[in-house]
Parts: sequence; structure tokens; C-alpha cells
Amino acid sequence: MAGASPVEQFIRAHRLRLIELLPWIVAVLDYFAFGDYLPLGSQILIMILFALSLDLVLGYAGIVTLGHAAFFGAGAYAAGIYSVHVSGEPLSGLLVGALAAAVVGLVSGAVILRTTGLTLLMLTLAITSLLSAAANDAGFITGGNDGLQGVAISPILGMFDFDMFGRTAYLYCLAVLFVAWLFVRRLVHSPFGRSLVGIRENVVRMNAIGAPVRRRLLTVYTISAALAGVAGGLLTQTTQFVGLTVLSFERSGAIVIMLVLGGVGRLYGAFVGATLYMIAQDQLAEMDPIFWDFWIGLLLVLIVLFARGGILGLADQVLLLIRRRR
Amino acid sequence: MTTVLETVGLAKQFGGLVVANNIDFRLDAGARHALIGPNGAGKTTFVNLITGRLSPSAGRILLNGGDITALRQEERVRRGLGRTFQINTLFKGLSVLENVCLAIGEHAGLGGQMFRLVGTRRSVVAQAFALLERLGIPDDAGRLVKELPYGKQRLVEIAIALGLDPSVLLLDEPAAGVPSAENRVILDVIAQLPASVAVLIIEHDMELVFRFAQRITVLVQGAILMEGTPAEIAADARVREVYLGERHHD
Repeated sequence: MAGASPVEQFIRAHRLRLIELLPWIVAVLDYFAFGDYLPLGSQILIMILFALSLDLVLGYAGIVTLGHAAFFGAGAYAAGIYSVHVSGEPLSGLLVGALAAAVVGLVSGAVILRTTGLTLLMLTLAITSLLSAAANDAGFITGGNDGLQGVAISPILGMFDFDMFGRTAYLYCLAVLFVAWLFVRRLVHSPFGRSLVGIRENVVRMNAIGAPVRRRLLTVYTISAALAGVAGGLLTQTTQFVGLTVLSFERSGAIVIMLVLGGVGRLYGAFVGATLYMIAQDQLAEMDPIFWDFWIGLLLVLIVLFARGGILGLADQVLLLIRRRR
Repeated sequence: MTTVLETVGLAKQFGGLVVANNIDFRLDAGARHALIGPNGAGKTTFVNLITGRLSPSAGRILLNGGDITALRQEERVRRGLGRTFQINTLFKGLSVLENVCLAIGEHAGLGGQMFRLVGTRRSVVAQAFALLERLGIPDDAGRLVKELPYGKQRLVEIAIALGLDPSVLLLDEPAAGVPSAENRVILDVIAQLPASVAVLIIEHDMELVFRFAQRITVLVQGAILMEGTPAEIAADARVREVYLGERHHD
């Protein structure tokens, strides 16, 4: 790219690079190399999708939230209820999950995105608490505290049955994540996506250049909610169960931690952070079943103190140092 | 001469504090007009009322003949209103080129496009670069705004505003905070603004005001004290008393 004009450099900066295919190569290799860990692999892929949806609002648009589980949970319950009462067909179930979460995102966003800062943060928490209480109360349809029972998922496209080793579930999650990634990548590198970065960087200036800021924020909030709903739907379909924990504060907090670990506003921070968190959780829980979250917390403190841009931010700094030394 | 911007009885008060008091103001097409006044006179408030950052307590604002008083900021921008800020208000983590591209893209109605890669519309990027060339900062196109010296950031402010292709440009102290050595560059840029753009400049630097303005309005305590040519303003004893600090003796 050296020697290219600033115009060319700017245009090329948003095109797909080969290195961006790396996570997908790794994910496919994992399928063959770690056959015994495919259920964990599916969970990681689901969390990557959830973190990716959070990155859209938190990383790109600068909407601070601690209530993203609201959409994950809405999608999880909607997909579960759909499979119990309507059809076990998985793709339409995901669509229902996405739609339900999008509606929650649109309605709640229309109210809470009028606020900013701490008020917004508290409202995102409140929305999740409301949904959690509602899910608990509506036991006749959600199963309440016992969780939703009787979720049965049909073969994907009528051909691929979910097997007990988690192979189909892994490939299904991988395929859904890949499609979602294609969509999110295009979105963040589009004029719309860059305008979100503009809003995050300076909302006053975005208003002054004539951008409909509130509409843009509501749009991305709804899209993000839909993606989180798909992630929730995937969890329901691959575990065939929905419990109240899908709407817990812990889930909202954990997904923020995953994103911060990987790097906020970087697209691939979701991949790195969710993978690291889930593997660390799995390994640490095995080594230290009581205090495993202490070690996760310590890791987060170290990342925040010494790598403000998360692991990818740290990698950027190291690469910059190496280039300078050359 | 056609009036492009007009305020009629424009007023704003915060509780008992009146910051804009019944302001009747006209800006003609292609005008070079300065708004001066001591600190706290309400100059920036006046700009914020015109651009829609603040809503007036009373009065009307007309832009190119249409009433924009009730319109949101983005609608006013779409109708041809551009501004710069007294304190740099930029996308500091983005490149200089992208700062201007965002403005041009919004003006072209492309800001909401979701499925087209940035840069696919080469004309937007090329137009942004041409603007940077015009302002003398093409070599900084690829640099992050936060890496630029303050004076160049002021030029990016102007570039963003010009990227909106405004018919009315409000420059809020464009040379504020710029070292005097770099001041001239900004003065030259302002002097070369297109004749088709009506410019209202708020400025404390009297050299810049008298060099640039064809007409000057003096604002004191939220109200217009007087309006006239630079010569009339310079000769007026009331202006000297309230603005330049000289005692007026009849």
C-alpha cells in the first residue's frame, strides 16, 4: 500500500483482507482437531455472535450498556417457545428469535436512547430486570424458574439432525456466525457504520453535519438486538433448554468482559475475547471450581491496566513497535 | 440583495437570565458579515439558536425564505446551514480525510447506506481530498486529527463545514487559540471562501474582523447595539465604550 495516494489508501482500508479469513480457518480446523470439545466450541461460537452484536452498539456506536442479555434472552425464549408451540424447524426459529429481540430493541431503544451516560446504563439494566421478572412471572409459557421444557429441534433443512456429539450443532453455529459476520463486517465498513463511529467520536459534530443521530442509534440498537436474539436462539436450539439465566445480569456483564478482553470496536475483539473467556472459564473451573471467576477478574484487571484496547489493542501496539524498530 | 438568513425577534432566556433579547438580524447572499461583542454578549448562543442546538424562547429564524425555527439541526443543515465551533469539535480518532468524507457523505445523503463499502463512491473521497488541497492540508489527509497541531485542526473544522456545501456559513471564532504565526493561513482560507457562500463570522480578533467583514453587528448583553460598515462601527463611540473599553464622553 506504500506509495498509494491518501484517497486510494482510504478506499482500500475497508476492503476484505486475507487475514480476516484466519478465524474461519481456525474454526474449521477445530472441528477436526478437537472433536471432543465441540459442545464447548458451539458455546464459544454463540458467545462470539453475542459479543459481535454488543460490539456494534458499544464499540462502534458508543452506546454504553449492561443490559444486552435482554435481547439474548428474548431471542432464546422466542425461539424456544416457537419450537414448543409452533415448529421445531431451526432456521425459522432463529428468525423468530431475531424478530422478538429486534422488537424489544426497537421499543426499549426508542425510550432509553434519549438518555446518555449513567442514566442510559441504569435503564439498560432496568430493561433486562423487567424482562427477567416478566419471564419468571409468565411461567405458563416460559416455564418460569424451572425453565422452558420440551424444546425439540427438527433437522436443519430437513437433512442434518442434531447429534449427541455436537457436530451438527457446531457446524450450524459456525454457519450462522459466518453469515452474521459477513453482515456485520459490511455494516461497520459502510457509510452507516462509519457514521456510527462518528457519533461515538463526537455526537455534537455529527449533529452539526446533518446526521440524524437518534435514528441511526435506534437503527443499530435494533440490528444489534436482532443479532443478540439470534445468538440466544442458537443457545436454545443447541441445548434444547431455556432458563432464566439467559436474562441474567451476569450474562450481560460477562459479554462486556469478553468484548473488553478482546478489544472493543474492532470487530475481531469479539472473536478473541469470547474464545479466551470461554476457554479460560472451562479450564479454570476445572482447576479451581470455586474461585475460577477470581482468575477471570484478575485477567480483566491486567488487560484494562496494561492493554487498554484489549488483546487486539496490545497486538497492535506490539506490531507498531516492531515496525518502528525496522 | 437577497436575504439568505434572517432572525425576527429572536429571544432566549434561561430562567431569569436573558441571553438573546429580541434579535432582528439579516444576512444577505454572499455577505461577509461579522458579529462582535464582549465576552458573554451572547454571540455563540445566537449561533446555537440559528443552528438548532438551542431552541429559542421566542422569535423566528428564516433560512433562504423558509421558516426553520421548529426544524431539527439535521434539517437545517440539509437546507444549507454550515458551522464551525469555537472549540474544535472534530472526530479526533479518525483521519483528516475521513472527517471531511463524513460531512460530504451526509450532505450527499449517503450516510445511512448500510450495504455499500465506504469509498465505493470515489467521488466523495476525491471531493474531500480536493477540499483539503484547497485549504492547503492535503499532506495531512491520512493523519489522525488528534495528531495535528491546533491550527491545522481549525482548518479541518472549516473543511468539514465547507464539505456540507452551505449557502450560509457560521464561523465561530475560527482563529481562536491559534498561534499568531499560523493565524495568517486561516485568514487566507477565510478570505478565499467562495463568493456564493454567505459568511457570518464571530471573532474577537479585530484585525481579522476589519480585514474580512463588509458589515459588522455588535451584540451586547444579548441585544444588538448597532450594525454598520467597519468604518461606521470603528467610529461609533458606544461601540468603543462597551466593546473596546474606552470611556465615552460627549
